[in-house]
Amino acid sequence: MTIPAQACAVAPASDGVLRERGQREVFCGLTGIVWLHRKIQDAFFLVVGSRTCAHLIQSAAGVMIFAEPRFATAIMEERDLAGLVDANDELDRIVAQLLARRPDIKLLFLVGSCPSEVIKLDLSRAALRLSQRFSPGVRVLNYSGSGIETTFTQGEDACLTALVPVLPQADRAARPSLLVVGALADVVEDQFKRTFAALGIDNVAFLPPRRSSELPAIGPETRVLLAQPFLGDTARALEERGCRRIAAPFPLGGEGSALWLAAAADAFGVSRAHVDRTLAPLKARAEKALARYRAQLAGKRVFLFPDSQIEIPLARFLAREIGMELVEVGTPYLHRDHLAAELAMLPAGTQLSEGQDVERQLDRCRAARPDLVVCGLGLANPLEAEGLTTKWSIELIFTPIQGFEQAGDLAELFARPLLRQTRLAV
Amino acid sequence: MQLSVWTYEGPPHIGAMRIATAMRDVHYVLHAPQGDTYADLLFTMIERRDRRPPVTYTTFQARDLGGDTADLLQSAARAAYERFQPQAMLVGASCTAELIQDDPGGLAQALRLPIPVIPLELPAYQRKENWGASETFYRIVRALAASSAEGSPRRQREAGARPVCNLLGPTALGFRHRDDLAEVTRQVVELGIEINVVAPWNATPSDLARLPQADFNIVLYPEIALTAAQWLHRQFGQPHTKTIPIGVGATRDFIAEVAGLAGIDPAPVLARSESRLPWYSRSVDSTYLTGKRVFIFGDATHAVAAARVATQELGFEVVGLGTYAREFAREIREAAALYGVEPVITDDYLEVEARVSELRPELVLGTQMERHIAKRLGIPCAVISAPTHVQDFPARYSPQMGFEGANVLFDTWVHPLMMGLEEHLLGMFREDHEFADHAPSHLGAAPAAPQQPQLRVVETVTSNELAWASDAERELTKIPFFVRGKARRNTERYARERNVNLITLETLYDAKAHFGR
Repeated sequence: MTIPAQACAVAPASDGVLRERGQREVFCGLTGIVWLHRKIQDAFFLVVGSRTCAHLIQSAAGVMIFAEPRFATAIMEERDLAGLVDANDELDRIVAQLLARRPDIKLLFLVGSCPSEVIKLDLSRAALRLSQRFSPGVRVLNYSGSGIETTFTQGEDACLTALVPVLPQADRAARPSLLVVGALADVVEDQFKRTFAALGIDNVAFLPPRRSSELPAIGPETRVLLAQPFLGDTARALEERGCRRIAAPFPLGGEGSALWLAAAADAFGVSRAHVDRTLAPLKARAEKALARYRAQLAGKRVFLFPDSQIEIPLARFLAREIGMELVEVGTPYLHRDHLAAELAMLPAGTQLSEGQDVERQLDRCRAARPDLVVCGLGLANPLEAEGLTTKWSIELIFTPIQGFEQAGDLAELFARPLLRQTRLAV
Repeated sequence: MQLSVWTYEGPPHIGAMRIATAMRDVHYVLHAPQGDTYADLLFTMIERRDRRPPVTYTTFQARDLGGDTADLLQSAARAAYERFQPQAMLVGASCTAELIQDDPGGLAQALRLPIPVIPLELPAYQRKENWGASETFYRIVRALAASSAEGSPRRQREAGARPVCNLLGPTALGFRHRDDLAEVTRQVVELGIEINVVAPWNATPSDLARLPQADFNIVLYPEIALTAAQWLHRQFGQPHTKTIPIGVGATRDFIAEVAGLAGIDPAPVLARSESRLPWYSRSVDSTYLTGKRVFIFGDATHAVAAARVATQELGFEVVGLGTYAREFAREIREAAALYGVEPVITDDYLEVEARVSELRPELVLGTQMERHIAKRLGIPCAVISAPTHVQDFPARYSPQMGFEGANVLFDTWVHPLMMGLEEHLLGMFREDHEFADHAPSHLGAAPAAPQQPQLRVVETVTSNELAWASDAERELTKIPFFVRGKARRNTERYARERNVNLITLETLYDAKAHFGR
């Protein structure tokens, strides 16, 4: 009898990372639409998929969101699969219907799903055809958010990768520019823009932009600074267009923000003295904000389930700036290259895990009895009912946490569940 | 393909999860890609369940396709059996797995586990959540009740023995199922009837094997339990109830029906039982409810029941009645005919929105989707049916069924409306600045059309040939915003019918006299 992969006990590999294969309690890439459709104000996301896809997106934020969303699902039905109708004709009809209803839409993403991938519906051809039909008013692009190919935040990676080919080419003579990649809260973007200006970097653009008419031009003089750790494909696509990536840790916490900004400054030839002078007061303010939470959280043991790929930078922040003890740090996917600086900063011997077998991971978590568990919405209440204290990880994606001014807010997200335990007497 | 902004129902495997999660000692192995685990949060977050749904997802990825997805299913099923030791296992596919045609049921049965393995065929591209729940419940009842030792036709009960029934229908993630069950249980026990099995709520597979021991079945939610009840009727001769005890009248009818099936006299219980609704509805303060125009939409059972309560017990006028559940379109058509309205049978949220917008009701009784529509149009709304939202699982006892349920209906439907004298004051002193349309109000703000300028909602359009004189238009603003749409609509209809092209003050008041309030 062959040993099934799923039941296999996986020993840590030689690099010490526990790699597991089994049930994954993570979202698929479609979930990224929940924040992307708000970030790009004139974009619309049309999932080509099943009723499950539609149901997922409307449930993904934990509760249903009741506002006219800039996303929808073209739900495939029996007749689409049986070939009774041409799926492309159907898609064209639905896109026409949608654009007639929403004339404010300038950028339409056709988003592939598990079923559309399995039946091999070619959305790139559909996007091309529809782009021609609705040009110049509407540009149509496509990417896949399917669960068979992407987890959670990889949906944003796929979406941004789809944007790269349509970014305008910068002039040959263009002066060096900085492109910050990864959706950030508007307030965080504005703060970073001010700090970059103070550092002397004023040619800064963000991807994704707030409006599709503000697509940044890129070229060999463009330096790319990733704001999120899950953008492997986007970075590769940008590099293929000649951009150069600035290696840096991610801007979580005072230390992460300082290193991230300093790496950019370094790439733009800003003097170290000026960097120190500029960042010192910001760093001090972040440290002040963190001090209170450090007192509450230092020495507490935290277990991170895999969710958004933000776990490694987060663990680095929790260990180094807050003094928490890392029991296990799970990530759905470990991008060694982009996380090199982060991995080097983790305390020696930190147990990392990649992929998931949720039942085994829960066994380890229960055995370790951590003070705080960072996990997804499907696990949080059941673990609370078992007497563990949890922090839902999706909030880390839906909350402004990057940068100096948010360092305290980030720490507070972890302190709040523990504080709540001490307050409640019921 | 169907363009869907919001969906009223999930896919059918979510229905199967609602059955599995409601039960104990059952495990559901779902052949599904990464990401389908989102469904867990419906139960752990929306319903605040303290346990994960008993579901194992095979979590296949692109690289598994064409390879060993079948192995994956078998190893997942075996691991789930070993870890959870269920009494029975459900096995099925989500939408993506349906396309790869692995035959999960057959693969799991081939493992020869020492428990019943029940394959589920839930066509994800044809059917939806409620159908999936109904089919799953039917399959599991059929598999477990038929194989039981008591599978032979029901024995006649000895004279003098207490009648025995089953309560069928309450599921996880059901709209007020928890509290309806408590209320109906209390009522049935008061009648002196013994409850044999409640299912699927908290039932184990061995409980289902005892279903045939009851004299009859009470079907609380036909969307979930009717198919199973019909099978039990055919197989074991158990009759089942048809009345849904929502509202005072229906509850009394239900008691009479149950007593009839049990062979007992309902009169003593009917004489004792009471609800506050009849007196609250007859008290003078409620006269302002008379003829309020109400639009009703939901699952068929709740919508039909709401229409009866609205007309007979609150004195409203039903102006629209519909459901998203095509399986129960017939029930809605019949009810709509009763109230002389056009049935709305659609699962297209945009179509429902257009209908509400066109009918301009004074109250919407709907789902969370209609709550959103009503909010946008500035119409009061109460929620009467799934799909559910975290707010539909209140901490307090809040049934829809039985006499206490009727009290709950009175409160939740009436509170969103403007109270009588308050309405008069608003009408009399329109110029009070605090009565301005955008002043804070418990009814919410005025219809916030400017918030969604880009949205083309179908509105009652003023046709080109019809114009409003400025003084008439000004007079219209003196009418409170929540009835202004109706006044405008009536006046324009009146003008059009009489070929009046310019609506003057006179036309406005002529129309008012013509239509009444």
